[in-house]
Amino acid sequence: MEKTNKIFPGKMVFGFFLSIVMTVLAAIVFYTDFTSSVKLWIIGALAIFQAGVQLIMFMHMNEGKSGMINTINIVYSVFIAAVIVAGSIWILSTGHAAHY
Amino acid sequence: MASGTSLPLEYSTKQNEMNILGFWIFLGAEIVLFSTLFAGYAVLEHNTAGGPAGSDIFIMKDVMIQTFLLLTSSFTCSLAIHQMRNNNLKGLITWLLITMALGLGFLYMEINEFIHYVHEGATMQTSAFLSAFFTLLGTHGAHVTLGIGWLTLLIIQLVKRGITPVTARKTFIISLYWHFLDVVWIFIFTFVYLKGLM
Amino acid sequence: MSLDQILVTGDPMILASQIAILITMIALIVGISYFKKWKYLWSEWFTTVDHKKIGIMYILAGVIMFFRGGVDGLMMKAQTSRPNMEFLDAQHYDEIFTTHGVIMILFMAMPLLIGIMNVVIPLQIGARDVAFPKLNALSFWTFFVGAMLFNISFVIGGSPDAGWTSYFPLAGKEFTPGVGNNYYAISLQIAGIGTLATGINFIVTILKMRAPGMTLMKMPMFTWTSLVTSVIIVAAFPILTVALAFMTLDRLFGTHFFTVAGGGDPMLWLNLFWLWGHPEVYIVVLPAFGMFSEVISTFSRKNLYGYSSMVISIVGIAFLSMLVWVHHFYTMGNSAAVNSVFSITTMAIAIPTGVKIFNWLFTMRKGRIQFSTAMLWSLAFIPCFTIGGVTGVMLAMAAADYQYHNTMFLVAHFHYVLIPGVVFAVFAGLYYWWPKMFGFKLNEKIGKWHFWLFVIGFNLTFMPMFFVGLDGMTRRMYTYSEGLGWEAWLGVSAVGSLIMAAGFAALCYNIYWSFRFASREVGNDPWDARTLEWTMASPAPHYNFAVVPEVDSIDPLWKMKKKGIKAFTKKDLKPIHMPSNSGIPIIMGIAFGIVGFFLVFEWFTLAAIWSLGIIGGLIANSFDYDDGYYVPVDEITKTEGLDDTERKWKGDQ
Repeated sequence: MEKTNKIFPGKMVFGFFLSIVMTVLAAIVFYTDFTSSVKLWIIGALAIFQAGVQLIMFMHMNEGKSGMINTINIVYSVFIAAVIVAGSIWILSTGHAAHY
Repeated sequence: MASGTSLPLEYSTKQNEMNILGFWIFLGAEIVLFSTLFAGYAVLEHNTAGGPAGSDIFIMKDVMIQTFLLLTSSFTCSLAIHQMRNNNLKGLITWLLITMALGLGFLYMEINEFIHYVHEGATMQTSAFLSAFFTLLGTHGAHVTLGIGWLTLLIIQLVKRGITPVTARKTFIISLYWHFLDVVWIFIFTFVYLKGLM
Repeated sequence: MSLDQILVTGDPMILASQIAILITMIALIVGISYFKKWKYLWSEWFTTVDHKKIGIMYILAGVIMFFRGGVDGLMMKAQTSRPNMEFLDAQHYDEIFTTHGVIMILFMAMPLLIGIMNVVIPLQIGARDVAFPKLNALSFWTFFVGAMLFNISFVIGGSPDAGWTSYFPLAGKEFTPGVGNNYYAISLQIAGIGTLATGINFIVTILKMRAPGMTLMKMPMFTWTSLVTSVIIVAAFPILTVALAFMTLDRLFGTHFFTVAGGGDPMLWLNLFWLWGHPEVYIVVLPAFGMFSEVISTFSRKNLYGYSSMVISIVGIAFLSMLVWVHHFYTMGNSAAVNSVFSITTMAIAIPTGVKIFNWLFTMRKGRIQFSTAMLWSLAFIPCFTIGGVTGVMLAMAAADYQYHNTMFLVAHFHYVLIPGVVFAVFAGLYYWWPKMFGFKLNEKIGKWHFWLFVIGFNLTFMPMFFVGLDGMTRRMYTYSEGLGWEAWLGVSAVGSLIMAAGFAALCYNIYWSFRFASREVGNDPWDARTLEWTMASPAPHYNFAVVPEVDSIDPLWKMKKKGIKAFTKKDLKPIHMPSNSGIPIIMGIAFGIVGFFLVFEWFTLAAIWSLGIIGGLIANSFDYDDGYYVPVDEITKTEGLDDTERKWKGDQ
């Protein structure tokens, strides 16, 4: 909860700081010599973490009377998103599709 | 969590509370929408059909500038909400205008980028990869455009009416929308550009 | 483009339809003008935001679409009734099975269910309206415009003809160059926007607007199923939006999502279509389950058996519904691992469904069952749906599916799921809630005719299809030669379809008869029911509840009746806040329709100009600060009959 009459937006500044750091980190990882799959895992994790920062620090996801519903809603949507992306890749890149 | 009485103005009526919840659920639908676009992109990204691949056309420097523009606009948008919760109309409008300016800057970069690609012979019709790329990026860009139009309407209403429960709710909802677009961009940055350049 | 490229010409049946449509339109316009009803229609219906009226419009549209889709079905049955029939040619048959499928699923099942949800849900949970009444009106108008746009295709431009699944590459521009499939892509897109908005609307309504004391686990079962359906809508419809957008881009702008030559992948379409399409099955079937639960419980005079197991199985079905889509294309060439995993999830979904079947049976056990028409539909549903479910488990096994895939066996299976699961439920729901919508019951005797004709006709139509399917008849086959041994089966099937049509005619006659002659003295609670919607007058007053009730159990009305508690007295009344009517939704809907039409014909400039109408509607809505109005206490007192001390007030039992 953000207190009204609080003048310095500390939470926002910290959130901004975190997102800048993670973006720069992703760029640094990009220029390292790891294999691309390792790099992808690291920057993927950074992206998910940064999305979480946005949701909680900037979007106040768990605030108000519906905070719990919001959280369940977003977690469920992310689950569906994972099913769609991972499922589509899995289905369409294995089997006969892999051999044509 | 906080008790009902200390909640900010945008939650002050039942209708406001429902509108905000409704918008969150809409964002859930948007997550599904963008994830489907990402799925299409992920399936088709190697199918360049003889046309250019991502690594041939993406420019890291421009992408970084776009990313920082949007990240900063997300931050300034959260400052606008902070001002609103301190009941500072002038501060609210100022930060919203800055947010809008950063959004316009992002759009300018993106349109330039697309024009550049088309000049390189990389159009939507060139290959399945580029169809998926332009559709994903274009959908995000269209969302940003819509957001800018929506912000304009909102600022007019704020100037006319000041911070009321209704305008506060509208401002809060648009801030959710704007932050969400930043979240989508983070994934575009990661899984389209960085991955494409690897 | 010349006129004969736009209008479909050369087929006498279509010419007759064109003339009939023209005459009907002229008759409607003349009739409405003659009786001076335009103003009434505009202010009472076209601009309404009342959930009950919107629900009734949905139901009306759904019944009309049922007729249209049913005629398509009859034509298909006529064509296959004998070998080598020449009633329809191959192209015409293709168009008809395509429109039949699309209309029945998206423009018949969906609006009928959403219509009943609209009418009933706010009444069941003790709410004044839905959370976003104006958005609700927009949902209706986008659905309606989408449906109309799809329906005009067969006279203007030509119908889509690639099946309701519209698989690529067939549905692509290369193999289907006409505008038919543009209609498919764009009208479904427009209707889909409305459905998504409905989903969001009902989630918020159910989560935030329940009467005090109604916790989640005290909600009526129909409310539960509607909530879960809305969640699936929000999870699944954006996938359709994207799939259709890919299709539109491929067809209109030459992209290569699904064209192999450009590196596209036609299988991506199947994948996305069924990622939406399978949850869609549960979107239509879950509210139907809720309706059966209400009807069975009411007419067995018992509370629903296994309430919490029912809730758990609904949520389980919703969760699994997003994880089974591959079973629609086992034969596409997936890896063995993919097919195995999806076989297992598909079979798993039979478990929660089975739990529900047993719950209904146990609800009836030792109940004092009343064989009302609504209850008859529910009783017939159980065995018929079980046949559909069991054949579904057969199809779920990937290895065996290579035999059944795309045969008539599959067609019979999904008709055995969707007709008992959705159509029977809608009929049960209509007979059950009709008095609450209109203030009179549908005739029970004509209802029995409707029931027996339809159920017998249904079984005669679709049972033979299992056998011709196992005998090798593939789906979508427009003709066959003599001596294959299918003649008798398909002949019976065609006769069955006529009996089913007679059942539908009985329903229409029933509606007509009851409007004219049925008794208007039905009282608040004609079925001696259990939930909140029966505490108020029939038809429901426009503000719903004079006083929002307090709830402390699953069957609140039943408890009130047992304890003899009155819902409220005159001194409880307060002014009621109501939303104002708005013309914005219908105007935006029409703008969507016009833009869609121009996009179908790829007239982009005109489409761009008219899309300003949509944007204008959004802007107008943003500046609309109308905060509704209050119904004064005097009016409520009068409507509830509380001003007359002689009469008992209507809320009294």
